[in-house]
Amino acid sequence: MDISSVSDVKSHCVGTTAVVYASDYLNKLTGEKIERECRRQLAQGCRALVIDFADTQLVNSIGISILLGIIDVAEKNKAQVVFADVNNQTVELFDMLGLTRHVALAKDEQEALLTLSTTVSGFDSTPTVH
Amino acid sequence: MEPSTQKLIHTFGALADLGQEVASAGDFSEMVRTSMHLLLGTLALRRGVVAECSSSGALNCVAVWGLREDLLSALSITDDERKELLESPKPALLVDETSSRFLGRYSEGLLDEGLELAVPMIVRDELTGFVLLGGKASGEGFSAEDFETIRAMVRHIGVGIHTHRLVEQVARRAEENRRLYEELRAIYRDTVRAFAAAIDIKDKYTQGHSERVGRYSEIIARELGWSEDEVEGIQIAGYLHDVGKLVVDRNIINAPYHIDAKQSSELNRHPAAGYEILLPINHPYADIPLMAKYHHERLDGRGYPDGLVDEQIPLGAKIVALADSFDAMTTDRPYRRRRTFADVVRDLRESSGTQFDGKVVIAFARAILKEVTGETKERRVIKMLGKGYLEGEEVPTLLADLIAELSEKQTSAVSG
Repeated sequence: MDISSVSDVKSHCVGTTAVVYASDYLNKLTGEKIERECRRQLAQGCRALVIDFADTQLVNSIGISILLGIIDVAEKNKAQVVFADVNNQTVELFDMLGLTRHVALAKDEQEALLTLSTTVSGFDSTPTVH
Repeated sequence: MEPSTQKLIHTFGALADLGQEVASAGDFSEMVRTSMHLLLGTLALRRGVVAECSSSGALNCVAVWGLREDLLSALSITDDERKELLESPKPALLVDETSSRFLGRYSEGLLDEGLELAVPMIVRDELTGFVLLGGKASGEGFSAEDFETIRAMVRHIGVGIHTHRLVEQVARRAEENRRLYEELRAIYRDTVRAFAAAIDIKDKYTQGHSERVGRYSEIIARELGWSEDEVEGIQIAGYLHDVGKLVVDRNIINAPYHIDAKQSSELNRHPAAGYEILLPINHPYADIPLMAKYHHERLDGRGYPDGLVDEQIPLGAKIVALADSFDAMTTDRPYRRRRTFADVVRDLRESSGTQFDGKVVIAFARAILKEVTGETKERRVIKMLGKGYLEGEEVPTLLADLIAELSEKQTSAVSG
């Protein structure tokens, strides 16, 4: 698996799915970088996004707003979004605010990819480097 | 953690961030955009607009999220609608067309864009603008608690916009005042120059003298490293140094021969008279009356009106004194032709330390040397002295020698 880093945001592609890694604190600065990376991946033809929150401790209000923006853009591109490896506190926050109505949650990246392989038509699990 | 506790922590965090953002002195558009994100993220709203309301009633989008940028470009509010909103400044659901006449006009179009709530921003009884919000990501309606949160956050954003407007106004006024002040200074300078010309008209042999003394004084002060403000001040002092001559009998000023002791005493009243004339005027520069009063003082105490010595004489007066004497030596008078430059340099050398301050003479000589050697593009002294006066081959050497000799004198005086 090849992981590229564009504007400090790590990401890689598995077929037509982009996996984007969120940082430890999802705020304005880091959120906007993730948003840019997600938009870039969608523009390049990705049909699904996995945002990996394994390193994320906290998500603030701006982070929530930016995630909603990513969901919006993905919906417009008819792409699915899965949030992976989200800690309990953040899951509660996403639940409370209704984000989980628009995205699927997965235990980890592998589970996210597996979920998408069953739902995204034409899912290809061959890793590609962007 | 209880969901309500989690929500409270999330909301308080957002409010704290919002307070910090609104108080920041950064870019205005960025401040509004970030503030809007904080509001949207607090309740997980999917779209929103922050719009400023101009005095004409036009709405201008400052931040947009999840919508087209030109969404509100055709919207405007009338004076009556503004009054109505000021009387009832509550957040209004767009589905409720009766909430206000303004929203009633536009609610259908805004609902089509996915907006659900309109919140007027009112600060100090002034409609600053609107925040328009889309629905919650949860799909739930707005609760009473949500309305309170939205009101508090919109108020913060409104204060931020209002403060920005005030700061802009203050900056505009400061710039206006600066321009007015510059204009006043220019008027003052022109008036003083006209006045200087009027002083010189009284003396038919020294026309243009005050103007030249002003310019020489400016050149010397600049060479001495004075600030721009101080240089302007000394120039004015040079223009006005002979204002006291207005009270001296015209026949004495214009006498085509050496005047007697009585007439000389009458003429010597002019520095003190000038001081009396200039003192009541509120000049924008310091010490102008004193420079006029002491421009005939000498370092050795043999000057007038007060017989001051070296350190007692203000540096500005020493500069004007040299400029005045230099102009007298280098212009024709009724009873003599002007002196050669070599003669003037000799006089300056001999009079340094007794009549003139050596430092001031050095500065003047350095300024003239820069012009004659082409070190500076300025030709001001050369022009004032007329064609040919400073063209002799010996001129640079005369000046360089004068500077070297007086500098050595200064050094030995300090070390001695």
